[in-house]
Amino acid sequence: MVTSTRPSTASRREASRGSVIAVNSVLALCSLYFLLPIAWVLVAATKSPGDLYSSFGLWFSDSPQAWQNLVALFTQDDGAFAVWVLNSVLYSGVGALVATVLATAAGYAFAKYAFPGRETLFWVILGGVLVPATVIALPLYFLLNAAELTGTYWSVLLPSMVSPFGVYLARIHANAAVPDEVVEAARIDGAGDLRIFGAIATRMMTPAIVTIFLFQFVTIWNNYLLPLVMLNDPRSFPITLGLTLWNSQTQRDPLFTQLVVTGSAVSVVLLVVLMVSLQRFWRADLTAGATKG
Amino acid sequence: MNAPTTQAPTGAPVADRAPAGPPSPHDERPPRRRGHRRTPPALWVLLVPFLAMFAAFFIAPIVYAIVDSLFTQRSSGLGLGAPTTEFVFLGNYARALSDPSFLASLGRLVAFSAIEVPLMVATALTLALLLGAAAARAPRLFRVTYFMPYGVPGVIAALLWGFLYVPATSPVLQVLGAVGIDLQPLSSEAVLFAIANIALWGFAGYNMFILIAALDSIPSELYEAARIDGAGEWRIVWSIKLPLIRPSIVLITLFTIIGTLQLFVEPLVLRPLTTAISSDYTPNLAAYNQAFSQGDPHLAAAMAVIVAVLAFAFSALFLRIVNRKGNRAW
Repeated sequence: MVTSTRPSTASRREASRGSVIAVNSVLALCSLYFLLPIAWVLVAATKSPGDLYSSFGLWFSDSPQAWQNLVALFTQDDGAFAVWVLNSVLYSGVGALVATVLATAAGYAFAKYAFPGRETLFWVILGGVLVPATVIALPLYFLLNAAELTGTYWSVLLPSMVSPFGVYLARIHANAAVPDEVVEAARIDGAGDLRIFGAIATRMMTPAIVTIFLFQFVTIWNNYLLPLVMLNDPRSFPITLGLTLWNSQTQRDPLFTQLVVTGSAVSVVLLVVLMVSLQRFWRADLTAGATKG
Repeated sequence: MNAPTTQAPTGAPVADRAPAGPPSPHDERPPRRRGHRRTPPALWVLLVPFLAMFAAFFIAPIVYAIVDSLFTQRSSGLGLGAPTTEFVFLGNYARALSDPSFLASLGRLVAFSAIEVPLMVATALTLALLLGAAAARAPRLFRVTYFMPYGVPGVIAALLWGFLYVPATSPVLQVLGAVGIDLQPLSSEAVLFAIANIALWGFAGYNMFILIAALDSIPSELYEAARIDGAGEWRIVWSIKLPLIRPSIVLITLFTIIGTLQLFVEPLVLRPLTTAISSDYTPNLAAYNQAFSQGDPHLAAAMAVIVAVLAFAFSALFLRIVNRKGNRAW
């Protein structure tokens, strides 16, 4: 997460007891709000389908059965859930990796080469950030359908490889972190432009590259509309689509409710672990204009 | 969006001086230096892969949608023979905009934006400022906690809140009910707020995060100078913090406007739980249904384009208001 470079210890001791209590009470209350659904689902995942409705939501029932629920989750529909998790990892991992490479190269090119129409092109790409996803997803279905790609992994992977916001971040960071003197010096030493980018610039841009990857990873992981529109075979679904598939069957068979709850809990745990463990790589300061370079 | 303060030294031949600011005529000029190639092949190697993908998966669908929205499909005569595609110009737009339920969904979307955008920005700002306050203890812990929901997909967030909105499974409603407060988040009067709450929960921490980054980049000398001049915490917030993080506030407001206009997942997931959400509750849901259930992709394309135009109009309007002279002062 953002490394606070300037701890305000000097000002911290000036705070009066009253304001310490007031501020921290509000912060603690907000924590309860943000933790509520997560706490609920973690507790609910340990309950039997009956206890889900008959016991108090924020405390464990008398007969917890977390293991049973997990076994049920991973054995339902021939282990469909594990496939969905792997699919989500595949879509997000590969999609974000390629998106990061493309965006980094393009952002670097925008930062380090002057060419006619550069700013116009850049603003067109930035405009892409403002286009609602539905406006892209629906026509994309018909386009990819014409190319006979709908229903395949490619139909979700390919569109996920484009990150206009990543180009914006990469340009700003290349600007701030890769000095032109270094580029010039390498050129004088006889290094080719691509070599300079691949061996020197990317190393200097590492924080931005990691940030672009993480943003795109979470964006793809959380995406619902694109796979909903593109995919029809449950074996190719990501978690989001898979869980809503099960959720749509709860009317027919109430046991699916517990599967949805346990599945949600597992996927929440997966991403929360990922986000908290990688928190020092979330450099939001890049989004704010990269003033620290 | 603001330009970085750390800039490449002047005089460098390929320096990019105003990356995110308004384009200045100087940037357009190719470098004129002896022996310097005007467009080195490396530029194309770096730029073309992204541009090709961008053209294929951003530009092409938009163009396709616009073109598609100008046509309609007519089945000929008694349904014999293949249906023909006819050019109807703005006919689909007229159809969409004269459909009372589509108009209602547009109105709902605007109402949702009016609730969600101020709520989101105010919450993110309050959290960021509180965490930056001198009195805050354990700000890192709180920050991670607020940011966590960003990692929960919108669909799963909606599923979880769905359980918390139904009295049978919701500990909150049970406790409130026990003390005599009867809350019905999924009733037709409250459901828009229930949806706004899900979006707030998911993205407030993310927006807070961007604001904190901006706050962190304010030099602490400014605060010290202000304190020496006798300024209190409120005064510092009002006169130093808010003006200096203004570009980031504008950024998150813009992102929130765009985000709210895409409203789709939350009503879709909550729909089975309540009669207050129709199958065309938002324009995006209506477009999705037209394309995949009603089999009218042309009308769906027109609806999607209307949403895009609305997004651009709102963004432009917002940027115009905040960039107006005189508003710059705070």
